[in-house]
Amino acid sequence: MNTLATAADHAAPDAALPGLFDGLRAVFQRDLRIALRRRSDTLAALVFFVLVVSLFPLGVGPEPGLLRTMAPGVVWVAALLACTLPLSRLFADDHADGTLELLLLSPHPLALLVLGKVAAHWVAGVLPLVLVAPVLALQFGLPASAIGVLVASLLLGSPVLSLVGSLGAALTLGLRGGGVLMSLLVLPLLVPVLIFGAGAVQAHLAGLDVVGHFSLLGALLLLALLAAPAVTGAALRIALE
Amino acid sequence: MNHVVEFLAMDGHGLYVWGSLGMCAAVLVAEMALLRLRRRLLERAMQDEIDDGVGVSAPDPSRLHGGRA
Amino acid sequence: MTRINLFHFAAPARFHALAGRLVPWFGSAAVVLAALGLYVGFFVAPSDAQQGEAYRIIYVHVPAAWMSMFVYLVMAVWAGVGLVFNARLASVMALALAPTGALMTFLALWTGALWGQPTWGTWWVWDARLTSELVLLFLYIGFMALHGAIDDPRRADRAAGLLALVGVVNLPIIYFSVQWWNTLHQGASVTLNKAPSMATPMLLGMLLMSLAAWAYCIAMGLARARVLLLERERHTEWARAALHPSAEAA
Repeated sequence: MNTLATAADHAAPDAALPGLFDGLRAVFQRDLRIALRRRSDTLAALVFFVLVVSLFPLGVGPEPGLLRTMAPGVVWVAALLACTLPLSRLFADDHADGTLELLLLSPHPLALLVLGKVAAHWVAGVLPLVLVAPVLALQFGLPASAIGVLVASLLLGSPVLSLVGSLGAALTLGLRGGGVLMSLLVLPLLVPVLIFGAGAVQAHLAGLDVVGHFSLLGALLLLALLAAPAVTGAALRIALE
Repeated sequence: MNHVVEFLAMDGHGLYVWGSLGMCAAVLVAEMALLRLRRRLLERAMQDEIDDGVGVSAPDPSRLHGGRA
Repeated sequence: MTRINLFHFAAPARFHALAGRLVPWFGSAAVVLAALGLYVGFFVAPSDAQQGEAYRIIYVHVPAAWMSMFVYLVMAVWAGVGLVFNARLASVMALALAPTGALMTFLALWTGALWGQPTWGTWWVWDARLTSELVLLFLYIGFMALHGAIDDPRRADRAAGLLALVGVVNLPIIYFSVQWWNTLHQGASVTLNKAPSMATPMLLGMLLMSLAAWAYCIAMGLARARVLLLERERHTEWARAALHPSAEAA
């Protein structure tokens, strides 16, 4: 916790308030460091992702045309699950040791602190999935250009998954049934991301333009970036009162 | 009599039309019945509390408008 | 859903009494309107040239679908009021409406499926409205599940309220994305929106049934709110007095 205090200390000596993004940076660095130390959690999500994607061909048969058609949707759904399920623990550890209450009391804007946590989780937990996705796409016989579109759509869309997922984590903080309940709350809200994300790849496979899909994904990302951290902060206050 | 039979058959689509109406009626009746049951159970529980001498409590002090809202 | 002088009737005892008087009126209105609507829809309106008699499902499908969305909107508004003004009665009203809205959504889906089979040959049609209704059902269930999972009623009210607000903002986005997805994947727009060109008796029937559904939802919402209030306030004077309606002063 001294990272937040030192961030304030390092501000200009005559400034009473810390810099706007100091809190964000401090939380981000701390969470990233913790996540990198706890690599097993990241690996579990990764293995889960690969496993889910690999189950589909076993379920529907190895016919290449079918797999190629299914690939965008399968990868995206698996990404949805692999991103959102571990998120339920985003605030749990901090809640358990009292850090969360300190964060709520800190003078830094809560929305930025939340953003820092979500960003750290995305870098440590979601980015690996996006980097592994091309390999899985090859399994499904997707051509190289389509794989490129897939990775781009995931890069643009997965932060939205993390941002909306963090809201679910805050709402279900400390509840029994946590992970599944959180998914139930969050997955309907993520339907648009799924539609545009997977749709981009499908459009590309059909030879159509993907600009529209990416614009919409970008718009969703902007909306999530602006709104989600503040709403998640409000949810945290509700959960902790 | 023929009219009634024709009406019920709905041009061969009777299953769908009456299946829809029937489910609507069933759901609405069930909803009302369940709510009534819930209320009756609550009333019984409250009566038991009164009989057992459970005390009356003041309105929740943590509420903002002092018992108003 | 009383809008008369909100803060006067925000006192639970007064609301309980008022709602108790309103429920029979809305209930009777629902029955009368439904009877009229069904009569017009089944006996006055002609059968459709293409869909035959199956189209008559529209008289329950459309009102259910409209109500499912309208109730969610009203629920979110009450939840918002409860969140912003810390008004517990508003949160109770939101909670009271949720099951009714969810059931309306289920009926919309059920009747939609039963309409799809004779009309399009499949039990489920992935058209924009039905798919959005499905997502809406999950939103309702999420609201009720979150509320049920939290023991502290105040935290439950506020968390679920926040979720409802997020849901209502998301709903247009979801609907738009589903509609877009639908047009992209289906050449012919297989939509249950395309009701047969509506003759006046058909419109009248639909209007009457919609009003009936609206009155029903109000009646159920008020009735459930009364029960919820009693449950929460079971140890207070007014609640115990309310057990015996004869003693209940206005």
